[in-house]
Amino acid sequence: MQRYSFFSLARNAIHHHEGWERAWRAPPLRPDYDVVIVGAGGHGLSTAYHLAAKHGVTNVAVIEKGWLGGGNTARNTHTIRSNYLRDVSIRFHDVSVKLYEAMTRELNYNILFSQRSMVDLVQSWGKLRDLRRRSMAMALHGPAYRIVDVDEVRRRIPAMGDVTKMRLPPLAGVIHPEAAMARHDAVAWAYARAADSRGVEIHQQTEVTGFLRAADGRVTGVETSRGTVRAKTVALATAGSTSDVAARIGLSLPLLTRNLQAFVSEPVKPIIDVIANFPDVGLYAMQSDKGEIVVGGGTDPIPSYRQGCHFQTFEDVVASLIEIFPRFGSLKMLRQWGGAIEFAYDASPIISGTPIPGFYVSTGWYGGFKSIPVGGLTYAHLLATGQAHPLAEAFGLDRFSGLKLLLEAGTVAQR
Amino acid sequence: MSSGWRLPAGGLIDRNRPLQFKFDGTSCHAFVGDTVASALLANGVRIVGRSFKLHRPRGIVGAGFEDSGPLIERRSPRQMTNLQPTTTPVEDGGIYRSVNTWPSAALDIGSVAQAFAPLLPAGFYYKTFMRPSWHVFEPFVRAAAGLGKTSPEGAWQPTSESRFAHTDVLIAGAGPAGLVAALACARAGVRTMLVDDSPWPGGRLLDDDLKLDSRPAAEWIATVVAELKSLPHVRVFARSSVWGFHEHNSLTVVERGPMDVVGLDYRHWKIRAKHVVVAAGAIERSLPFVDNDRPGIMQASAVASYLGRYGVVPGRRVVVVANTDSAVTLACRLKAIGALTALVDTRATTANDALHGAVVAAHGARGISAVTIRDQDGRDRRVECDLLAVSGGWSPAIHLASQSRKARTTYDDDLAAFKARSHSETLHLVGAANGAYATAACFAEGLAAAQAACRALGRPAADVTLPMSSEEAVSVGRPIWSTSVPLRRGKVFVDLSNDVTTADLGLAVREGFDSIELVKRYTTAGMGVDQGKIGNTSVIGAVAGLRGMPLADIGTTTFRPPFVPVEFAAIAGTRRGPCLYPWRHTPLADWHMANGAVMYEAGLRWQRPGYYLRAGETWQQAAQREARTVRDQVGVYDGTPLGKFLLAGRGVTALLDLLYVNDFANLRVGRGRYGIMLTDDGLILDDGVTFRFDDNTWLLHSSTGAADRVHQHIEMVLNVHRPDLDVALVPVTSAWANATVCGPRARDVLAALQPDFDASAQALPFMTTREGHLAGLPARVFRVSWTGELSFEINTAPHQAQEMWSRILAAGAPFGIAPIGSEANHILRVEAGYISTGHEVDGTADVIDLGMGGMVSKTKPDFFGKRSMELRRSVDPVRAELVGLLPDDPGAVLPEGAPLTPGGARADQEGFVSACVLSPALGRAIALGLLRNGRAREGETVHARVYDRIVPMKVGAPIFHDADRKRVKS
Amino acid sequence: MLLIECPWCGPRPEQEFTCAGEAHPPRPHDPSAFSDRQWSDYVVMRANLRGLHEERWWHVRGCGSWLSVTRDTLTHDIRTVSLIGKASSS
Repeated sequence: MQRYSFFSLARNAIHHHEGWERAWRAPPLRPDYDVVIVGAGGHGLSTAYHLAAKHGVTNVAVIEKGWLGGGNTARNTHTIRSNYLRDVSIRFHDVSVKLYEAMTRELNYNILFSQRSMVDLVQSWGKLRDLRRRSMAMALHGPAYRIVDVDEVRRRIPAMGDVTKMRLPPLAGVIHPEAAMARHDAVAWAYARAADSRGVEIHQQTEVTGFLRAADGRVTGVETSRGTVRAKTVALATAGSTSDVAARIGLSLPLLTRNLQAFVSEPVKPIIDVIANFPDVGLYAMQSDKGEIVVGGGTDPIPSYRQGCHFQTFEDVVASLIEIFPRFGSLKMLRQWGGAIEFAYDASPIISGTPIPGFYVSTGWYGGFKSIPVGGLTYAHLLATGQAHPLAEAFGLDRFSGLKLLLEAGTVAQR
Repeated sequence: MSSGWRLPAGGLIDRNRPLQFKFDGTSCHAFVGDTVASALLANGVRIVGRSFKLHRPRGIVGAGFEDSGPLIERRSPRQMTNLQPTTTPVEDGGIYRSVNTWPSAALDIGSVAQAFAPLLPAGFYYKTFMRPSWHVFEPFVRAAAGLGKTSPEGAWQPTSESRFAHTDVLIAGAGPAGLVAALACARAGVRTMLVDDSPWPGGRLLDDDLKLDSRPAAEWIATVVAELKSLPHVRVFARSSVWGFHEHNSLTVVERGPMDVVGLDYRHWKIRAKHVVVAAGAIERSLPFVDNDRPGIMQASAVASYLGRYGVVPGRRVVVVANTDSAVTLACRLKAIGALTALVDTRATTANDALHGAVVAAHGARGISAVTIRDQDGRDRRVECDLLAVSGGWSPAIHLASQSRKARTTYDDDLAAFKARSHSETLHLVGAANGAYATAACFAEGLAAAQAACRALGRPAADVTLPMSSEEAVSVGRPIWSTSVPLRRGKVFVDLSNDVTTADLGLAVREGFDSIELVKRYTTAGMGVDQGKIGNTSVIGAVAGLRGMPLADIGTTTFRPPFVPVEFAAIAGTRRGPCLYPWRHTPLADWHMANGAVMYEAGLRWQRPGYYLRAGETWQQAAQREARTVRDQVGVYDGTPLGKFLLAGRGVTALLDLLYVNDFANLRVGRGRYGIMLTDDGLILDDGVTFRFDDNTWLLHSSTGAADRVHQHIEMVLNVHRPDLDVALVPVTSAWANATVCGPRARDVLAALQPDFDASAQALPFMTTREGHLAGLPARVFRVSWTGELSFEINTAPHQAQEMWSRILAAGAPFGIAPIGSEANHILRVEAGYISTGHEVDGTADVIDLGMGGMVSKTKPDFFGKRSMELRRSVDPVRAELVGLLPDDPGAVLPEGAPLTPGGARADQEGFVSACVLSPALGRAIALGLLRNGRAREGETVHARVYDRIVPMKVGAPIFHDADRKRVKS
Repeated sequence: MLLIECPWCGPRPEQEFTCAGEAHPPRPHDPSAFSDRQWSDYVVMRANLRGLHEERWWHVRGCGSWLSVTRDTLTHDIRTVSLIGKASSS
C-alpha cells in the first residue's frame, strides 16, 4: 500500500501527482472465494478489512452492484454517536466511536474524523426523562451524555434564535462529547484501500442475481451479472436492499425500509460548531468542513425505496430549522437527498447467521454509518469463527423467534 | 480594467429609471431591470469574486441561474448572502459585496492559496493532515472554507406564504417552445401554468436578434403573453422556478417577489399538474483550455443575453469561440456594433470567414487580455482581446425530467449531449430541453406536446399559427472534451464553482475513483453552488476520454432537487410558530393561566397545568402543597385531555375482549373496569377505564398521549381484522370537558353541587357512572381514581366547562379545595402505585411485569398480545418487574430513569427507577421501578447508580398509600 | 406528496391519510393453532418488497375509510385503491 503523508504529497506534487497508485485494484472476477460479501458499502468493506486484518481471511470478494460506497454510505449525514439506552447498544456503539477515532492512523487515510460533540436541546418533559435515563445508563459504560442547562446549550449553539421565543420552551440540554462527524465517502474508501492491500478483491458493477445452494440447503456461492462465483460463506451487507436480496434465497427478515432524507445549504462561514440536535421538533443540524449546513430529521412515514423527497417530512424539517435558527431563513437549500434505511422490528441491528447454512446477514442498522467499524469487526468475527462476537451476541436473528425483542425505548418506530 | 459598456439603446431595462448601487465600495450605475451582473458588466467591473478553493479571480460567466461565477452578498437592503449576481436584481442604493474575499474581490489576501496549488490536488486532505491529528488542522480548513457569512440574529428574514394549486398543464420555461405550448393549452381551455425564471417571458427569443414573421420577436412575445394573461384559467409566473419534481406529478415552485402583495418576498407553491411540459431550454458548455476560468471568459449565450436583455456589451475587443452556429450568429451581431476582434470556429467543416482552430490558452491573470489559438496546421497565434465568448455546445436542461423519474437519461451521440426520454404520457420534453435547438423546432414541439396533453385530457387541441423564424442555422460541432495541451502547463477547469480541473479528474481516474459518482465525490466536481449546471457534461466527457469509454457508458450522476437553490424561508412559508406546532387547549386553559398555572405538554400537544405557583413558592413546594391538599382535603384538576372513545353496537363486548387482557363481557351496565391492552407482540399499548352506558354503548378511556395510537389500533381491528364485528367508534376526547374532584372531602363537594341523583357511596360506588345534573348543569360523573383518593370525574359539555369549574371551586371553597396540576398528579399516583405511560409503560413491559397478571383473563381463548406474551415468557421467564423502592436515605429523590445495577457497580442494568417523588403522605422519598425478578426480591436492598452516586434502596410492594384501596372505594 | 384516489372522496393529498404499513395477512382467529415459529413470524416478518406491494391506508383526516392500496415502493406509483373492512361490506 502506497503510504500517504504530507511528504508523499509534496514528493508527488513535483511529478504533477502522476505517480499515485490506484487506491484499489480492479482484478478479474475469479470463480471461487472463501467468503463473498454482497455489498461494497461501509459495512461490507469494513467487514472485508476486518476479515483480512484480524482473522487472516483474505480470499474474499466484495461484490457490488453499483459503485463502491454508493449505498447508504453515500447518503447519510456522517454522524457518529453512542447515545443509546440498552447496555449492549451502548457498549457496541462506544467501541465503534473508539474505532473511528483510531481509523485515520490505522488505515493511513484521513477520514476527517472530527469529534465536535452533539448537543441536544430538550423541549419536553417526556423527552428530558428519556434522555436523562439514557444519560445515566451511558455513564455506567463510559460514554458521556451530560445533562446541562439551557444557557449551556446557548453557549454551545450560539446561532440558535432567542430561546425565550421558541414555540416549545427549552428545558435543558444534553451534551455527548464523543459524538463526531467524518467524511462519509472517505470511510468506505479507507476500508476499501486497506482491505484491497491485504488481498481482498472488490468487484464493482457486479450484481448478485441469485444464490447457489447445495443439496443440503447450504449456500455455495452466488450468481452474478458477470458469472457464477462459488464461496463457502456468503454474507449480505446490502443495507436498503436486504429484504429484496434475501428474498432471492427465500429468506424472510423482520425488516422495514423507509426513506431518511437530508439536505444541505450553500457553504457559509463557520456558524455551528457542534452537531446540534432538537429531538422534540425532529431536527438536527451541523456544519460540514466545507461550510454547508447539513440538516436532517426523522424518517418518512411510509415504506419506501425511492430515496427521494417526502415533502411533508421535508417541509416539517425545514420549518423546524427556521423555528430554531431564524437567521437561516435567508440561506438556501443547495441539494436534497434520501437514503433507504432499513430497521428491524425492535429497531436494533441484526448481525447473524440464518437458517441457511453458510448464509449470513448484517442489517437493521437504522442509519448505520456510526456502526461501520464495529459492525465490520463483529460481522467479520462471526464469518471467520462461526461464533457471535461478544459485543454482538444480542444481535442474532434468533431473538425474534422467541419475541425476545431488544427494544431501544423511544425508537419503537414500527410498533 | 475592462471595458464592458452599455449600448445607447435596446434591451428590456427601463432606461427612464436609473439606479445607483455600490459593489465592494465602488459606486455603479444601473437601470431598473438590471441584475447585479449586468450592471457590473456595464460598469466595467471584471473581478466579481474569488474561487472557492484557490481564490483565483473570477468574473461573470453566465446570465442566469446556470452561472458558475462567484457569489455576492447583499448588505443592504435586506442583508442576504451567497446570491448569484446574475439572478439578483439591482436595487436603488443597494450595497453589494463579493463573498469570501478580503479586503475585496480585486485585492484578495486569500489568493496566496494559489501558491500552494501544487499541494492541493483533488482529495489532498485524505492523504495528509493525519499527524498529529486532523483536529489540529480542521479549524483552519473550516475558517477558509464557506462562502458568505450568515445574517446576524435578529436581522431581516424573508417572508413567504404557501399555496396549493391543481392545474391541467404546467409548463416549465417560457421560451419559444413553452410559450407556444402554453398558448395552445390556454386556447384549448385547459388550466395552464407557465413558469419562468426570468422577469421577462421569451427565453432565448429575448437574447437572439430574431425576427418572427419578419417582425421583432418581442412583438410576438408580447402578443402571446397578453393573450395568456387575459385568460382566467391561465397563470403566468415570472421570476419563478420549478425547483422540484416529486412523485405523482407534484411540483414545487418558488415565486420570487410576487407583485400582488406588498412586502411578501416569496410565495411557495405546491402544484399538482396532470401534465408537465419541460421547456427549460439548454445550457451552454465551456471548452477545455488553459486558464479557462479567467474573468472575461463567458458563455457566448450569456453575452447574447446581456446584449439582448440589458443592452450591455461585456467587452470591446471580443473573441468568439464557436463550436455552435448560435455563437457564429453572436459574432455577427458583435461585428455589427464594432466589438468583434475575431471569430474562432472550432469546427473544421463550417464555411465562414472565421479562424479555424482551437483555443489553447487564455492569458491575463486578473482578466483575459489575450488568447492563444492553434490553427489546423498546429500553428499558435496570439490574439489580444478583453472578452472571450465561448460556446462549446449545448446540454439540454433535463434536470426536472430526470428528477421526475418519468424519463430515462441516455447519451445522444448526434446531439453530443445527454437527453431525457419520457416514458410517461404525462411528461413532455420540448424544445432545447429536448435537444431541438432551432426556433421552428421549438415551436413545433411545444405545439405537439400541448396537443398531446389536451388530447389526453379529453379536450380538442386548439390551433396556433406558428410564426416563421428568421433563424438560419443551429448546428453544433462535435464535442470537445479534452485539450491536447500537456496538463502540466496550467489549469484547465471543468468546474469553476469548486475549482476542479482536468488534472483532478485524471488523478481520480488514475487512483481508481473511476465511476462518475466516485469522480464527483473524490474531486467534488458538480457539488458546488451551481451544482455543475455548466460543467457536468464536460466532466463526464473528460472522464470518458480518460477511461477510453463512450459517454453513454459513463452515465450521469443523479439529478437531485432543487433545480436552483431555494431559500429555506420560502419553503417554510406559513409553517411557523403556532401553525407549525399548534397546541391543544382545554376550555379551561384561560382560567388556568390567569390563576398562576405553568402549562406543560400532557401528550399529543395538549396543554395542561403542571402546577399553580403561589407567591414565594418553588415549583416543588407548589406540587407538594397541591398533593397534600388532595390527601388532606380536596383538589380538582382538569382531566379533559384524557382520550375518550364512544363505542356502540352489538359487537362491543367481543371487541373489548379482543383488545384487553381482561374480561369485559360480564361488565354490568353503569359500571366501569380498568383494562390493559397489548399490541400483538405482547407489549403494553395503553391502559384505561371503560364504562358501559347500556347494553351496546360504551365509553373507552385512553391515556392522553396514546389516544391516536389507540384510535388507529381499534380502527385497524374493526376494519382489517374483525370487520364482522358490529361496532361504531367515535373519538369524543374534546366533546367532553372533565373536571376531576378528588380527596377525602370530594363527596362533600359533590353534595354541595346539589346533584339531582343519589351520589352516596351506596348509590354511586367506585367504578360506576351516572348521568344527571350538577349545580344545575348537565353532567356525567365517573367514579374512577388516579390519585388514590375518593374521586369524581365530572364531565360536561365544553361550552359549560368554565361554568362547572367555577361552581366546583365555589362549592369546594368551604372544604379547602384547590386546583392541582400534573406534578401533584404524578406524586399522588406514585404513592398510590398506579402505572403511567412513559414511566413504567416504557414500551418493553407486559402486563404481568407490572404486577397485574391477576387481571389477565383465564378463560378467554384469545386477546391481542396473548400468544406473544406467553411465547416470550416461555423462553425468557426472568423479567423486569414492577416494584416499590424506598431509598435508605429518606431524602434521596432520584432522577427518574436512574439505573439499578448489582451493588451500584458500573455494570449492566438490572432495572431502573421509573418514578421517584417526595411523598407527602410518608414524608420521605419513594420510588417505583422495574427490577429484574423484582417481585421475588422484596425485602432485598438494591442499588441505583446516579452517575457516581450509589443509592441503596429497599425493595417492597409498589404501593405506598391506601394499600387496601379503602379511600379510593370510600 | 402522494395523491390517493379515495373511493368515496376522490383524489386527496397524502396529508389526509395515515399509512398503516404493509398489508399483512389479517390476524388469525385462533393464534393458538400456530406453532411458536409461525406465530413469531406472523408478528415480526415483513415482505418489505421493493416494487409493487399492497399496503393499508386510513383516510383519518377525511372520510375515515380504510383502503387497500397497491403502491410501488420504488417509484411511489399507485396502481389500485380499494375499500377494505367495514366500508366495503356496508
